[in-house]
Amino acid sequence: MTTTQIAVPRQRLVPPTTGRAGFADALRSEFTKIRSTRSTYWTLLALVVVTVGIGALACAGTASHPNGIDKATFDATQQSLGGLYVGQLVIAVLGALTITSEYSTGMIRTSLAVQPRRGTLFAAKAVVFAVVSLVTGLVACFASFFIGQAILSSHHLNATLGDPNVLRAVIGGALFLTACGMLAYGLGAILRHTAGAITAAIGLLFVLSILVSFLPHSWQDSVDKWTPAIAGAQVWTTKASPGGPHLFSAWPGFAVLAAYAVVAIVAGLALFRTRDA
Amino acid sequence: MIEARGLTKRFGDKLAVDQLTFTVEPGRITGFLGPNGAGKTTTMRLILGLDRPTQGTVTVHGKEFSQLAYPMHEVGALLDAKAVHGGRSAYNHLLCLAQTNGLPNRRVGEVLELVGLTEVANKRSKGFSLGMGQRLGIAAALLGDPAILMFDEPVNGLDPEGILWIRNLMKALAAEGRTIFVSSHLMSEMENTADHLLVIGRGRLIADCSVDEFIERNSVQSVRVRTPQPDQLVKVVLEAGGMTMPGGDGAVMVQGIPVDRIGDLAFEHQIRLHELAPTQASLEEAFMELTADSVEFRAQVSGSSDVPASGEVQKTGVA
Repeated sequence: MTTTQIAVPRQRLVPPTTGRAGFADALRSEFTKIRSTRSTYWTLLALVVVTVGIGALACAGTASHPNGIDKATFDATQQSLGGLYVGQLVIAVLGALTITSEYSTGMIRTSLAVQPRRGTLFAAKAVVFAVVSLVTGLVACFASFFIGQAILSSHHLNATLGDPNVLRAVIGGALFLTACGMLAYGLGAILRHTAGAITAAIGLLFVLSILVSFLPHSWQDSVDKWTPAIAGAQVWTTKASPGGPHLFSAWPGFAVLAAYAVVAIVAGLALFRTRDA
Repeated sequence: MIEARGLTKRFGDKLAVDQLTFTVEPGRITGFLGPNGAGKTTTMRLILGLDRPTQGTVTVHGKEFSQLAYPMHEVGALLDAKAVHGGRSAYNHLLCLAQTNGLPNRRVGEVLELVGLTEVANKRSKGFSLGMGQRLGIAAALLGDPAILMFDEPVNGLDPEGILWIRNLMKALAAEGRTIFVSSHLMSEMENTADHLLVIGRGRLIADCSVDEFIERNSVQSVRVRTPQPDQLVKVVLEAGGMTMPGGDGAVMVQGIPVDRIGDLAFEHQIRLHELAPTQASLEEAFMELTADSVEFRAQVSGSSDVPASGEVQKTGVA
């Protein structure tokens, strides 16, 4: 019996007399959350490996049969960043999980019971995820670029960071990843279900681009530039695609992708604030 | 202090919480009783702002929960011990909660120590037993050193040692002047711990009174009498306007006459007594009686509109 007696510490914890539990506190908390689950590390590792690996493969493929490549139109930067086509899906998984894992585990009820100001929680989560994906994206894109160019340099097809648009494209690749992740985060907040959110994100980013390619050519040209992945991918090209003069240029294209993400996040926030948790 | 005024929550066509008005007074243990599905959890979710009321308001220290500057300092809640990310260690789980309210990191170690989870602080919580999970939930509730603690069915599924631990913890916390609001469908548990009771059935408040009053109002007091002359006793009791029932073990249960009067009657009629003991129905029995009535009454009145709704609130001013 005596072992079950409780000794509650007598000294009371006194909260600050001013201020309130706010955004900076929420940021610290969300950073602790994201760094303290293994799935974060696995997903980020997968992101880097997939992005760098596929980019290197694409460059190795080009380097193995370099004949017939027109150096005027060949985009060595885009080639080395080709892994982003798959990397966008990996970051979408992490973006969705950032919020849906709170629902699948029930943690959301605990989170809201300590920080009931929902906008604060939602924004802190989004900011922490965005920063983590941007940093990881920069690592993945610079690594992809340097490894890819090293492979291409054997045939003098390589680009350097000083070439026109190259630095923008490499950084743009990281921004592209971040925007894809944010789109998935917004979808996660709307759907509150991991599988559903990932399916929706892959549908928008990947399947939609494929479906559009089945359209008649006359339609395709006016539709495909508006799909999030095709529009967003322009920011990591350095030369206008020979097959797509109708496509948006780099920043307007990225703005289209960002707009999708913003719509998803705003809708997600509106639902997050009003729905029962 | 928690104050609910006309609190109502409707899920589709189901009324989960129906016009609840109550006050959880500071410095004591208020038991929140009701059968499963009575609306206890929903009420607690409404207090925390997890659910939005359909009508009415509920405030904590005079403010909506979301308006509190440091919510963890005002209310520590354990609604569902499984509401954690199982992939996170106990330490990191508590740390991410503490950080939301700017609490010092050392506080995490303190509450882990308090609930006896220091040894497993760095283990992922998905491997925790039910009892350990419950302790982790309680650690989270205690992080902000809150004035109000709210526990939803805290002893559910725990072993006897765990139940005793939680009971002692609640008493210790109440002894420090904290407000404890604890729900249960285990009446016997409340009988041992609560000072005051809120009883709900089908989302409506049935009783708001002290534990003693609750039993007194809802149970018939009877006196257990053992005598070698039971036939004479029964005769005398009936003449005096009382009622008798056979008790177990050859005893006679007497109702309707106070215990001293029974003793006097026995003396006057020279009936020898071997036992004369007032018995009080347990809280469990009182509760069953009350909610059963409410349910039965509901079933009877369904369809007729001019009968008053079930469960007249027994409101007694406990100062």
